[in-house]
Amino acid sequence: MSIRVGKTGNEAVAEAMRQINPDVVAAYPITPQTEIVQIFSSFVANGKVDTEFVTVESEHSAMSATVGASAAGARAMTATSANGLAFMWEVVYIAAAMRLPIVMPVVNRALSGPLNIHCDHSDTMGARDSGWIQIFSENAQEAYDNAIQALRIAENSNVLLPVMVTMDGFIISHAMEVMEILEDEKVREFIGEYVPENPLLDVDNPVTIGPIDLQDWNFEHKRQQAEAMRNAKPVILEVAKDYAKLTGREYGLFEEYRMEDAEVAVVVLGSTAGTAKAVVDELRADGVRAGLLKIRVFRPFPAEEIAEALKDVKAVAVMDRSDSFNAVGGPVFGDVRSALYDVENGPRIVDYIYGIGGRDVTPDHIRTVYADLAKIADTGQVENLLTYLGVRE
Amino acid sequence: MSVPKDAGWKDVPKAGRILEPGCADKYETGGWRTYRPVHIEENCINCLFCWIYCPDQAILVEDGKFKGIDYAYCKGCGICAKECPGKRGNKALKMVLDEEA
Repeated sequence: MSIRVGKTGNEAVAEAMRQINPDVVAAYPITPQTEIVQIFSSFVANGKVDTEFVTVESEHSAMSATVGASAAGARAMTATSANGLAFMWEVVYIAAAMRLPIVMPVVNRALSGPLNIHCDHSDTMGARDSGWIQIFSENAQEAYDNAIQALRIAENSNVLLPVMVTMDGFIISHAMEVMEILEDEKVREFIGEYVPENPLLDVDNPVTIGPIDLQDWNFEHKRQQAEAMRNAKPVILEVAKDYAKLTGREYGLFEEYRMEDAEVAVVVLGSTAGTAKAVVDELRADGVRAGLLKIRVFRPFPAEEIAEALKDVKAVAVMDRSDSFNAVGGPVFGDVRSALYDVENGPRIVDYIYGIGGRDVTPDHIRTVYADLAKIADTGQVENLLTYLGVRE
Repeated sequence: MSVPKDAGWKDVPKAGRILEPGCADKYETGGWRTYRPVHIEENCINCLFCWIYCPDQAILVEDGKFKGIDYAYCKGCGICAKECPGKRGNKALKMVLDEEA
């Protein structure tokens, strides 16, 4: 029996962390993530967890201490947002390269500047090539579910990679919703006892972790890292299957919403999927064959699976909540468009950069996207490869 | 743990981890030397300063006497030659260009 509660996204993730009961959490506050570690620190102070909580002086130290703890053999977590993630940068890459199964909730916030604290995806999109698995959440329920599943994915011996679990800043992190949580013992049973590989604290089997690695072997170790990311795909699906048995909630690499016989489709990540699903329902009621594909797992990128899901659609719009500033389009667009390259007579595809710096995206915005797609599906012609949706012209 | 010469990425510990202590002697580190120390026996008083100061294990000693230099581990740092007192001001170790030695 799961428990129905009202929680914000931040409260839900802090609750997941309490149930996970990590050995070490090293964290630094940053809006809109602050509440996660603030609530978690109260669990530490009140003896609800056994965690060693390290109050570091910066995010660079937060990730460094987390890496150190993980290398020592601890189940280690941290959490951050935006500039905090940016400040962690060099150690974020090192965590992945050292193959340390750290789980880090990231509350998506626009990366400065100009200074902004509201949601867009520029922070985690910037880290898309850091070697971390990236799982996006539509709502507080998914953030909670993803955080728990992330442990099992990260710690799988065929993977051993760190995982970012994201949720949209304020829109999810600070909005209360009704959701279900599991009983503590069910979470503990699901994640199991952590058995670290080559822990530094195993003094009977001394090892060196993180030695210099030059021309002779560095390439081979990066090749291993690339393979681990490939291995993650089936592991994510296996873990999701086990989690569905426990909760009834099913997760894949992405969610297909009313994609059967869809002629036009939107590809989206995070909370905007909720808004867009409501528009899809509206359009379907009007007889429009509209669908939606919500990417849950952005790294590893499910290219073949997305190509298969979109191959029969006539027109696809990718919704990017960040810009690559490559003078072409957003990061999701680049990957989705590339995934469709080998599809014969595949869909026309366009990009919408939206919601930058927390700019609201309303059903009206999404309706204009589907209206554009209907026109493209009809004529086969793309007028605007990229649209800045909701910007003042 | 020595890695066989024909090992590939699937055969080695992940992330460059070294799973065994004290394994430096299985990894030849002298390959990037520019200068090498050369021993001049008539100037050697067997003080073994070279053995004491060598940061690696490149000075070989037998029965308390200088025996030779293990070039597999000598990186050509020159500390041995610098510290060598020699005999009457003539050093027993001098550094010469590796390819000319």
